[in-house]
Amino acid sequence: MSKNSDAAARERLVARAAQGSFLAGLVVLWYLATNAWDVSPLLLPKPQAVMRELGSVLRSGEFVGDLRITLGELGAAFAISATGGLVLGYCVSQSRYWTRVLEPLLSAVYAIPIILFLPLYVLFFGLGPASKIALGATISFFPIALSTVAGFASVEPIYVTAARSMGCSSYQLFRWVLLPAALPVILTGLRMGFTVALLAILGSETISSVAGLGHRIVSLGENMHMARMFAYILFVVAIAVSLNAVVSALELRGRRTY
Amino acid sequence: MPTLDPHPPGLLILRSPAAARLGVIAVLLGTWEIAAGWFVDKMFLSPPSQVFGSLDVVLRTPGVTEALKLTFSQIGAAFTISVAVGLAVGLALGFHRFSHRSLLPIVLLLYGIPQVTILPLFILYFGIGSASKIAFGVSHGIFPIVLTTAAGAQNIKPILLLSARSMGASSAQIFRWVVFPHMIPSFFAGMRLGMSGVLLGVLLAELYVSQAGIGYFTTLFTQSLDPTKLLGLVSLLAAMAIALNELVRRAETRFSRFRSV
Repeated sequence: MSKNSDAAARERLVARAAQGSFLAGLVVLWYLATNAWDVSPLLLPKPQAVMRELGSVLRSGEFVGDLRITLGELGAAFAISATGGLVLGYCVSQSRYWTRVLEPLLSAVYAIPIILFLPLYVLFFGLGPASKIALGATISFFPIALSTVAGFASVEPIYVTAARSMGCSSYQLFRWVLLPAALPVILTGLRMGFTVALLAILGSETISSVAGLGHRIVSLGENMHMARMFAYILFVVAIAVSLNAVVSALELRGRRTY
Repeated sequence: MPTLDPHPPGLLILRSPAAARLGVIAVLLGTWEIAAGWFVDKMFLSPPSQVFGSLDVVLRTPGVTEALKLTFSQIGAAFTISVAVGLAVGLALGFHRFSHRSLLPIVLLLYGIPQVTILPLFILYFGIGSASKIAFGVSHGIFPIVLTTAAGAQNIKPILLLSARSMGASSAQIFRWVVFPHMIPSFFAGMRLGMSGVLLGVLLAELYVSQAGIGYFTTLFTQSLDPTKLLGLVSLLAAMAIALNELVRRAETRFSRFRSV
C-alpha cells in the first residue's frame, strides 16, 4: 500500500517537474529567440523589456482607468444577465408547458455565436461601454437562463409532494426544497455566464471601442509599442484567470453550503 | 355540445408546444416589426419584412457572395485542422499515462487564457488575410477536441481491455474493436464543441480586421448606417452557424448510438 502511494507521489513529482520545465523551456526559448537569434522586436519583444514595461505599467497605475471601465462593464452586464436569466428561468421552469415551449428556443439561440451581432449592438448603442454591456449581458443571459430552467426542472417531484403534504408554505417550499436542489446547476450556469461575459466584453473592446483593457492592447499594438502591449496582455490574462478562479471558488463554496 | 369544451378550438392549436413555439417566434417578429415601423429611427433598425425581403439585394451587393464563401472556407479549413491535430494530441494525451499527467494541466492552462486578448498577435504573425482567421479559429476549436478525446480515451474501462487481451486479441484488434467504438461518442462530442469554438474564433477575427470577408461588409454596412443590409447579412451568417452546428449535432446523435449495439 505504502509502496503504491510512494510510486504515485514520485510520479506526481515527475509530472510537476515536466510541467515546470515546459514553462521554463518556453521562457528560455523566448529569451534565446529575441536575444540570440535576432527575431525582430516588432514581432516578439524581449522578455526583459516586457517585464520592465509590466513594472512600469503597474507602478504608474495607468491601468486603473481601463481596468475600471472593463470591470464596470463586466459588473453591469453580469448583473443584468443574472437578474434576467434567473427570473425568466424560474418563471419558465414553473410550468411544464412553457418549459417545453421555450427551452428549445433558448438553446437554439445559445448555439448561435452571438458575437455576430456586435455590429448591430455598435450601431444601436455606439462605441462606448453601453454596447459592451449589452453584448455581454446577451451572451451570458442564455447559459444562466438555461441552467436555471434545468436546475428547477431537475428537482424530484417526490420532494415537492412530500414537502407539500407535510404542510409547508410556498415560501418554505422554495427556500428549503427547490432552491437547495436547483442551486448546484444554477451556480454552474452563473459561473459559465460570468466567464463568457468577460470574454465577450474583452472581445468587443478589442474589436470596436474607445476605452477599456481590450482597446488598450489594440491601440498599443497599432502604435508598435510591442513590449508594452505584451505587458498589458500578461496583465489582462492574469486578471481574467484570477477572476475566473475566484468565481470557481465561490461556486464550490455555494455548492458546499447546501 | 361543443360549448361545454373549456378550450375554444382556436386555442387548441397552442396545446402543442411546437405550435406554441412558432407562435412565440411570430410574436417576437411582430414586436420587432411594430417597433421598427413606428418607434425606432429608420437609420438604426429595419422591420423584419424589409430585412428578409431584401436578402437578395444583400447577396447581389458586389463581393458579398465571395465574402460568404471565403468565411465558409476559413471555417472549413480551421475545423479540419482542429479535428486532425486535436485528435492526434488528444489520443496521445489520453493513452500515454505520463503525458496525460504532465501535459494535460498545461493544455488546461492554455485553454484558460482568454484568447481574445491575443487576437492582435494573431494578426501580427499571420497577416490580415485568411491565415490569421484560420489560425484564430484553430486556437478556439482545438482545445475542446483535445480535452474530450483525451477524456474519452481515459474513460475506457480497464476490464474491457483486460478481457480482450486475455482472449488473445492483438493490439490492432483491441484498437479496432474495443478502443475505437468506445471513442466515437466523445469524438463527436468534441467535434460539436470544436465547431462552436471554430465559428467563434473565425467570426471574432473577421470582425476584428477583414479585407474581403464578411467582417469587411459588416463594418461597411454599420458605417453607412444601412441596417437592412446589416441585419440581412447577420441573419444569413446566423443561419449558416445554426446549420453547421446542427450538422455536427446530428452526426453526434447518429454515431453515438452505435456504442450501445
